Amino acid sequence: MDDIRTVYLDHAATTPMTDVAVEAMTAHLREVGNASSLHASGRRARRVVEESRETVAQALGCRPGEVVFTSGGTEADNLAVKGLYWSRRDADPRRTRILATAVEHHAVLDALAWLEEHEGAQVELLPVDRQGRLDVEALRAAVERDPVSVALVTVMWANNEVGSLQPVDQVVAVAQSHAIPVHTDAVQAVGATPVDFATAGVDALSLSGHKVGGPLGVGALVVRREVELAALVHGGGQERDVRSGTLDVPAIAGFAGAVELAVKQQSEHAARLAALRDDLVAAVCRAVPDAVLNGDPVDRLPGNAHLSFPGCEGDSLLMLLDARGIECSTGSACSAGVPQPSHVLLAMGRTSDEARSSLRFSLGHTSTAADVAAVAEAIGPCVERARAARA
Amino acid sequence: MRVVAAMSGGVDSAVAAARAAEAGHEVTGIHLALARNPQSYRTGARGCCTIEDANDARRAADVIGIPFYVWDLSDRFHTDVVEDFMDTYAAGQTPNPCLRCNEKIKFAAVLDKALALGFDAVATGHYATVRASAGGEVELHRAVDAAKDQSYVLGVLDEQQLRHSLFPLGDTPKPQVRAEAAARGLLVADKPDSHDICFVADGDNTGWLREKLGDRAPNQGGEIRDDATGEVLGHHEGTYGFTIGQRKGLRLGHPAPDGRPRYVLDIEPVSGTVTVGPRERLAVDRVEGDRVRWCGRPLAPGTVLDGADVTVQLRAHGAEHRAVVQVGADDLRVDLLEHADGIAPGQAVVVYDGTRVVGSATITSTRRVSA
Repeated sequence: MDDIRTVYLDHAATTPMTDVAVEAMTAHLREVGNASSLHASGRRARRVVEESRETVAQALGCRPGEVVFTSGGTEADNLAVKGLYWSRRDADPRRTRILATAVEHHAVLDALAWLEEHEGAQVELLPVDRQGRLDVEALRAAVERDPVSVALVTVMWANNEVGSLQPVDQVVAVAQSHAIPVHTDAVQAVGATPVDFATAGVDALSLSGHKVGGPLGVGALVVRREVELAALVHGGGQERDVRSGTLDVPAIAGFAGAVELAVKQQSEHAARLAALRDDLVAAVCRAVPDAVLNGDPVDRLPGNAHLSFPGCEGDSLLMLLDARGIECSTGSACSAGVPQPSHVLLAMGRTSDEARSSLRFSLGHTSTAADVAAVAEAIGPCVERARAARA
Repeated sequence: MRVVAAMSGGVDSAVAAARAAEAGHEVTGIHLALARNPQSYRTGARGCCTIEDANDARRAADVIGIPFYVWDLSDRFHTDVVEDFMDTYAAGQTPNPCLRCNEKIKFAAVLDKALALGFDAVATGHYATVRASAGGEVELHRAVDAAKDQSYVLGVLDEQQLRHSLFPLGDTPKPQVRAEAAARGLLVADKPDSHDICFVADGDNTGWLREKLGDRAPNQGGEIRDDATGEVLGHHEGTYGFTIGQRKGLRLGHPAPDGRPRYVLDIEPVSGTVTVGPRERLAVDRVEGDRVRWCGRPLAPGTVLDGADVTVQLRAHGAEHRAVVQVGADDLRVDLLEHADGIAPGQAVVVYDGTRVVGSATITSTRRVSA
């Protein structure tokens, strides 16, 4: 088994750390210093954090003071959704509605479900089309039905499963006319597509370190300075008083290095990945003519190839490919260890069987033409086998 | 061979997988997700199929060094095992879901999927032995450890299923399996054996059936009558709470005149009557069954098995009874040379010739020894 070359095509799950990030992180691992301490070691640590904050701000088009470091994308999403809900509802108790797409990541969806169950929120999940794109008119109608009762709107920048980009600019246009804050989960988008906080006009934006070539366990919520946000994690108040916990200096340094590089290289990176991805989709469709590409064919993440293979169980296919060293994802979450049909594909109007027949190949900075060739060679026999297993 | 090791998260299947890998097979660990609604089935579960069990199986696969996946067979399990379990109780009988699971899930749905995916066999931690006869026929035998022997619940496997089955533990006593697990660094070495029905989370069969059967319950209760006098001794809330031979939980108002305990002798699902009587009235000397399954070469109708080594087992971990077995078209008639007690229709009668499992049938009726 050890002689099989690993073909890693699950970059949307996590992507290898870039050298820049590893160096930036390891440079600080042996240094002592709590960024909140007042002595020289503390000041040195604080300096690393603040320089990192400025780097991230520069890369994302926001002000340094708008960057709140978190433990990752999930915490950033929770902080945004819960924090905005609590602060907006405290300011005006009528604001209990939350509008979101039905295809948000579980870090948002489950936070919303919790608010609905415990905090009196009324969550409205807005429909998407067959490509997974938000129906903006449905959003407009939902807002205009009773604008004063909307606490926030949250719409992801790019879908983690099928890769479709959401019309965030249109979402902002609808919400802004009623002064409703907008959060966007941009975990998959940063480094893959141009993301500029100020230009986008959103009020809060989540990103994650390990999706952009940085370390695991670190991320950020970018929040407009004027926006009130209730705290989720209480304690020392290290991050703008909305997020407590001793700052992870090495991880933040690695994160900043990764974000800076990812954004700087975004355009050429995206062009290279999109070409590879198009080759992969074409090769798969040659080998399996009835395979279907899911998600928006044009407005999508450059590294995302989400495909349905009629008559296959995605789980079987994943196992067969894994045995050949090809690593991908069914894209669906596990609930209690049991694979569930993807809520994203179900929201896109697919049947449970169709949803279960899907695989996500996601390319990243280490992907090569050889990886695509490996998939092209393996996919036909694997699909044939998986189909036999289902018959 | 390429082998799927079904890993429940228990010690037996972990050691079985390790042994299969050590024997040179290319082994892939599979945990079967069988609960359709994990939350309601699994919360507080103490049998198998909990999230902890899936994690234990995964960690065992890590230690053994084999790939590991979860296969979702919850729909098949619900249809073939859980529904069958409910239907059998509703009919006033006593099912054996483990046997049904082996027949329909582990060595059917799982095996079929495994074969289609390019595997050659399924390995499990059952205590039983598959070996080839001198003539090259596949045979299922009892395990060496008589106390752990599970050939009874495998008595439904046919020749094709047996040809693709590996039972690496059949030659080993259980304590040795635990010691081996510890020596291999498997953390499940000390994990208690599961005894309950895996999908009945808290072990309360009657409560589970009351909730799940709903309108399908054949009755909402009835009388408990004395077998000899016909006297009504008490009332119950549903016949599905009873099994023939049961003594506990009858909640009879007053003791029998002779002061001896009473046992369930008969269950009538339509009228809801449960008949009770003294222990000697449980004795049966004939058992009939249908749904015959042959573990190996089928025997022709009309065949009579009357050899000195022919025995039958009538419940899991039950005693062996010498018997004469007459083979019908799709049924068996078993005359017991030694009486058996508390035999419940719905259970299997498994026929042995010495240590070899010949086949099995589902018990449809019994004949009580006339007093």
